[in-house]
Amino acid sequence: MAVSTPARPREQGTRGFRAPVGETVREKFTQFVLLLGTLVAIAVLAILLIDIALDGVGGLSLDFLTNYTSRFPERTGIREGITGTLSLMVLVALMTFPLGVGAALYLEEFAPRNRWTRLLETNINNLAGVPSIVYGLLGLSVFVFFLGFGRSLITGALTLTALVLPVVIVASREALRAVPREIRDGGLALGATPLQVAARQTLPAAIPSIMTGMILSLSRAIGETAPILVAGAAFSRRADNEPWNLTEGYTAIPIQIFDFVKRPQQEFQVEVASAAIIVLMVLLLIMNSAAIVIRNRYSRNR
Amino acid sequence: MDQRTSTESQLTSSPLRLDAASASSPRKSAAEGPSWSKDSGTAQSDANASRQEDVVFDVRDLSVHYGSAPALVDVSMTIRRREITAFIGPSGCGKSTFLRCFNRTNDLIPSAKVTGRIDYHEQDLYAKEVDAVEVRRRIGMVFQKPNPFPKSIYDNLTFGPKVNRMKVDYDEVVETSLRRAALWDEVKGKLQQNAYSLSGGQQQRLCIARALTVDPEVILMDEPCSALDPIATSRIEDLMRELQKDFTIVIVTHNMQQAARVSDRTAFFTAEVESETDDRRFGRLVEVAETSKIFSNPDDKRTEDYVSGRFG
Ligand SMILES: Nc1ncnc2c1ncn2[C@@H]1O[C@H](COP(=O)(O)OP(=O)(O)O)[C@@H](O)[C@H]1O
Ligand SMILES: [Mg+2]
Repeated sequence: MAVSTPARPREQGTRGFRAPVGETVREKFTQFVLLLGTLVAIAVLAILLIDIALDGVGGLSLDFLTNYTSRFPERTGIREGITGTLSLMVLVALMTFPLGVGAALYLEEFAPRNRWTRLLETNINNLAGVPSIVYGLLGLSVFVFFLGFGRSLITGALTLTALVLPVVIVASREALRAVPREIRDGGLALGATPLQVAARQTLPAAIPSIMTGMILSLSRAIGETAPILVAGAAFSRRADNEPWNLTEGYTAIPIQIFDFVKRPQQEFQVEVASAAIIVLMVLLLIMNSAAIVIRNRYSRNR
Repeated sequence: MDQRTSTESQLTSSPLRLDAASASSPRKSAAEGPSWSKDSGTAQSDANASRQEDVVFDVRDLSVHYGSAPALVDVSMTIRRREITAFIGPSGCGKSTFLRCFNRTNDLIPSAKVTGRIDYHEQDLYAKEVDAVEVRRRIGMVFQKPNPFPKSIYDNLTFGPKVNRMKVDYDEVVETSLRRAALWDEVKGKLQQNAYSLSGGQQQRLCIARALTVDPEVILMDEPCSALDPIATSRIEDLMRELQKDFTIVIVTHNMQQAARVSDRTAFFTAEVESETDDRRFGRLVEVAETSKIFSNPDDKRTEDYVSGRFG
C-alpha cells in the first residue's frame, strides 16, 4: 500500500459521509408510513378491547363464572362454557402432543426422502391452511355420523385435534430442524442409535419451541367457533353438568358467545356477550403468556 | 431408567455385536481365519504376520461415491495401533469422506456408497452382520466444530455410557475422562454448568473427553483444531500425544505443521486430474509413509510440491 496518498480536495472528503438529501427524506417518509400502519393496527385493537371492556365489565362477577346459562341476563353465567372449553383444551392437548410430535419426529428424523413422504409433507402443509369450517364438516360426517360418536365432547375434541394437528406437526418439524446437525452427529458418534439420539438429544433440545407451538395452536383451537358448532356443540348444558363426560353433549365459551349475541334481548347481545368475550380473552392471554415465558426461559438457558 | 442394571453388559466385551456364533471371541476367530476373509489374499497376511497385531485398519481398494459422483477412489493403506495417522491434502480431496468410512458414519448419508473393504482387526467392517452403531462406539469421533450437547458438562459425559448401558460409576467416568482430556482442573468445580459456557478450546476438549467415556479403541478427528486459536490448538496437540499411549488416532488436518508436529504417519491425498485424457476429479491417495519421510523426502513429486507449499 502506498503511504502517500494524492492530495484530495478537502470538500470532497467531508461531503463523502453525508447522505444525499433526497435519500434522507425518502428514508424518513418510509419510516413514517410504517409507523402509521402500526399505530392504526394498535388503535383498532385498542378501540375494540376498550369497547368490549366497557360493555362487559358490568356483567363480570363471580356468579357469572359459576352460574349456568339462564334465560334471564342478570342470572346467566358461562359455567358450562368454561368447563367445556377447559375439557376441550386438555383433551386436544393430550391427543395433539403425541400425534403431532410423533409425526414430526418421524418425518424429520427417520422417514426416507422419497415420493411418498414428499406427498405426505405437501398434504400436511396444505391441511394447515384449510378453513376451519371444513374441519367442522369433517367432524360432523366422520365423528358424529360415521363413527357414531354423536354430538359429544369427544367429537368436539377430535374435530379440534384434526384442526390443529397439521399446524403442530409443521411447527414441531421446524423446531426439530432448528436443532443443529452436529448434536445428532455427536450422539451417533458415541454409539447411540438414531432413536436414542432423537429421544434424548434432538427432542429435548427442540421441546421449548415445540411447547410454544403447541400452546399457540391450542389457543387457536379453543377460540374456534365454527368447526365445533358444525360438529355439534350445544349452546348450553345445564341439567347434567359433568364436564368430563366424553360421550355427553357439551358447549364452549365461543359457542356461548355466539348464542348470547343471537338472543333477542339487548342485555345478552351487549353486556353478557362482552363479559364472556373478556373471559375468553383472559384465557387466551394466559396461554400466550405461558408460551412466551417458556420460550424466554429456555432461550436464556441455552 | 434402568440401563445400569440391564443385562446387556456384553457390549463392553463383544466387538461389533456380530451374530451370536462369532460374537464371543473376535480375536480368536481372526487368528483362525474366518471364512469370509480367506479369499482376501492369505499371502499378504502371511507377509505381514509379524505386524498383524499392530494393524488396526486394513483398507483395500476403498472407493466412495456420492450418488454417481466418485469422491474417493481406490484407497489402500493401513492404520496402525497406537500411532497417530494424519490425512493431509487440499480441501475437497475426500479426507473427511475417508475418515467417515472408519466408523461407518457415511451410512447416515443416503447418497453415499462405499465399495472396497476396510478390515478392523481382520474383521470386515462393512460385513452384513456388523452393527454400525456398535462400530461407532468402538471407534470414536471428534468433529471440526466443537459440538457439545446443550446440557451440563456432567450430562455430556454420561450420555455415552448411558446409551451403551455400560455398568459404570458415572462420577468416576466423568472424572477419568476429563482428566485424560486435560480438562478436569478447569471444570471440576462446575460440572453442572451448561457445556456451552466453556470456551471453544475447552468445548473441544470436552468433546474429546466425551469420546473417551465409551472407551473406544480408535479416535477419529476431523480437523479438530480448525475452529480454535493457536494456544487451544497446541493444548489439543499435546493432548493427542498423551492419548496416543492408549488410543489409535486418525486426524484430518489442513495444517501441515500440525501433521508434522503430531503424527507418526502421514497420508497425502489429492483431487487433481490424473491425465490429459481423463479430466474426472476425485480424491486419491498419493502417498502414505512415515511423517518424517513425507515432509523431507517423499517419493511422489505431487507430495513434495504440496508439503513445500507449491500448491494446494
Ligand atoms: N454429504 C455429501 N454429499 C455429496 N457430496 C459430498 C458430501 N460430502 C462430501 N462430498 C463431496 O465429496 C468430495 C470430498 O469431500 P470431503 O470428504 O469433505 O473433502 P475434504 O474433507 O478433503 O475437504 C467433495 O467433492 C465434496 O463435494
Ligand atoms: Mg473435510
